[in-house]
Amino acid sequence: MKTIYFDHSATTPVEPRVLKEMLPYFSKKFGNASSLYSLGKEGALAVEKARQRVANFLNCETSEIVFTSGGTESNNLVLKGLVKALSPLRKKIHIITSSIEHDAILEPCADLEKEGVSITYLPVKPNGIVDIEIFKKAIRPETVLVSIMYANNEVGVIEPIQEIGELLKKQKNKIYFHTDATQAVNALDCDVQKLGVDFLSISGHKIYGPKGVGALFVKKGSSLKGIQLGGHQENNLRSGTLNVPGIVGLGKAIELAGRERLKNNSKIFKLRNKLIAGILKEIPDVILNTDIDNALPSHAHFSFLGAEGEAILFELDFRGIEVSTGSACASGSLEPSHVLLAMGLSPETAHGAIRFSLGKGNTAEDIQKTLKVLPLIISKLRAMNPLYKN
Amino acid sequence: MIYSDKVLEHFKHPHNQGSIKNADAIGEVGNPVCGDVMKIYLKIKDNIIKDIKFETLGCAAAIAVSSALTDIVKGKTLDEAIKITKDDIVEDLGGLPASKIHCSMLGVEALQAAIKNYKDNQNKLK
Repeated sequence: MKTIYFDHSATTPVEPRVLKEMLPYFSKKFGNASSLYSLGKEGALAVEKARQRVANFLNCETSEIVFTSGGTESNNLVLKGLVKALSPLRKKIHIITSSIEHDAILEPCADLEKEGVSITYLPVKPNGIVDIEIFKKAIRPETVLVSIMYANNEVGVIEPIQEIGELLKKQKNKIYFHTDATQAVNALDCDVQKLGVDFLSISGHKIYGPKGVGALFVKKGSSLKGIQLGGHQENNLRSGTLNVPGIVGLGKAIELAGRERLKNNSKIFKLRNKLIAGILKEIPDVILNTDIDNALPSHAHFSFLGAEGEAILFELDFRGIEVSTGSACASGSLEPSHVLLAMGLSPETAHGAIRFSLGKGNTAEDIQKTLKVLPLIISKLRAMNPLYKN
Repeated sequence: MIYSDKVLEHFKHPHNQGSIKNADAIGEVGNPVCGDVMKIYLKIKDNIIKDIKFETLGCAAAIAVSSALTDIVKGKTLDEAIKITKDDIVEDLGGLPASKIHCSMLGVEALQAAIKNYKDNQNKLK
């Protein structure tokens, strides 16, 4: 059975062109990029080539790129590294973020709160977008950082990063601006000059690159201290032997993402819209949670009322279709997705959540097959539900 | 989190799913805010559970628990049925992920609610 993969927001397959560039750096060119002899130099040059590719994509200098192990580490480095750098200088530290961030922001924030940092979690409008007016009022004299994701991983909504960046430039005090662009790289312009950000997180495996590698853009002159100490790599901001094959893969993947963005976006956008139109036509009592006028082209997030998300996920999996859910039952926490609740969905509606995140490998047949089986699955589950009456 | 084959099999092809029109007892527990609702229908004769059906809103584990529970309970006396524990269900299913153990509790509670409903009805008749 051919698998139909609709979970590109979770991870993506490594592109053959990416893998090809990575392979020599596992066994043949295995040198430590910090070693001075030829084998080491070979690795160091490969890393610098990748750094140039990332810098080209972000429109920044190569010295402003720090390689990490992924989006989570990049986010932790910004939040904890900035507080570490600023806390000897300031009594009060305040950070503004949003209530729909990934846990890789929310969990380090919760940790910082325990250390006395105050954090504002901005509410969002029903479509998931941060309300700029509320944001303006949240700024305090002691605000040092604003961290807002570029695009949301669950519903795909795009946040007004450029607008926030411009607002922050007008402030009297320096307020650093970070965006978690993990979900945005495939589809959106990530020019850091245009966005007006000081920090930007990216991840390799969301962009048809390898897992275990990511990067953080750190604008020149920013206060930041490393939180992982050791061999002083990456300007002392991220110690640890460089993951040469991973970094090479990230470099190639981001180059391809930039070069082929328009082509991929247009293909994925059409397929996604077909899927949405089909589901809304074929299945009653469905809510589309993705505001498609303000979202990534890849995302289609639904609530199927009267059916539970995890049950839908497994029924689809039995038929070779892979999706994800924001239902409580799948998370193990018994709480439905914080993103959906922040958008104002009732827990009942959030329990029936299914996310489709399309990628460049999807086809029109994938959509057709899904539209054929999904109505039957929803009917089957609703028939089992003692409360659902059609 | 990984489900056993038996859980997935019950979920795929649930046993005794549906309702009983002239049920002698009905038990319903859970609520849609929590995402799990389980309803058990019983047909009882001479204190023996002759037939049992379920309707469940919930995850794969909740549906598998419902299905396994109906298999375990069918043909048992009420005294035997009331003694069934969540561990009996979990064992029958070849285990459940830790975060899903509460689903087995829901099954026990639904059954006990149905049996209580039956006894209440019997007492009213007396």
